Amino acid sequence: MTDIAQLHRELVARVLGGDGMAPPDLRRAAFDDANLDEPLRTLVGKVAHHARLVTDDDIAAARAAGLSEDQIFEIVVCAAIGQADRQYTGALAALAAATADPGRSK
Amino acid sequence: MRLQILDRGHRLPTKALLAVIRVVSGHPVVDAVKLALYRPDFYGAGALTHEAMRGRSDWSVGDRELMAAFVAQTLESPFCVAAHSATSTLSLGDTAKVTATLADLDTAPIEEPLRATLRMLGKVASEQVIDADDMRAVLAAGATPAQIEDALAVGLAFGITARLANAFDFDLATPAAMNSGAKHLLRRGYR
Repeated sequence: MTDIAQLHRELVARVLGGDGMAPPDLRRAAFDDANLDEPLRTLVGKVAHHARLVTDDDIAAARAAGLSEDQIFEIVVCAAIGQADRQYTGALAALAAATADPGRSK
Repeated sequence: MRLQILDRGHRLPTKALLAVIRVVSGHPVVDAVKLALYRPDFYGAGALTHEAMRGRSDWSVGDRELMAAFVAQTLESPFCVAAHSATSTLSLGDTAKVTATLADLDTAPIEEPLRATLRMLGKVASEQVIDADDMRAVLAAGATPAQIEDALAVGLAFGITARLANAFDFDLATPAAMNSGAKHLLRRGYR
């Protein structure tokens, strides 16, 4: 699956830097789950950590803050990809550490 | 679906395609397809998901679909659990294996490399700290480093999809629609 690394890089580059309606710094903050004000801090935090707890009210609050549906779509996508990306990268690092260690059991 | 654009905001050619899918499948279009076809130039994770699920790997398609269902269960996404349980069951030809794995990983009748890999994927998805010892346990159970990498790619794809399914509140389709979708996913994949 050598293509995975490239497809992963391309996806991240596209949602962070590609054409979009939400400002790039807002997409980056959603991806990082950091440096956000309410109501997006709550929405993005839920998407990253407890996506099943997202409610209609969370989305309505983002709308009320002046965001369009397309902007909310982009922010939610960035939040989901950011969290999955951090978990994936961390797990690959753990695998690299396990396979680099001559003392590993197998 | 929480955003109207994901239900009804597609471009005209895509709307026509959605109508064709409705007619040909005989079912309403499932929300995962509506998401995949909405502004694919922005999100468009189909190629990544397809490579993870259908690209060359020492894991079978059925095993990878089971991993997708397991990650979705960890992330509490009923839509993704149903979709990928159905697809895994169809691919493996074994309902009991999928049901038992999702009910109790420790006692499920599956091979040890797969069991250890699923345990690790569940730990990653539930945001527990993963270190080299966790990976050594999977290696000791008989999975290869390449198999672990391939499994993590499934975890990446469904870590994204299951979160979006919950955030956008995908409707749980009927079992008949899910089975129809499962057949499509085995025939055509995710692209």
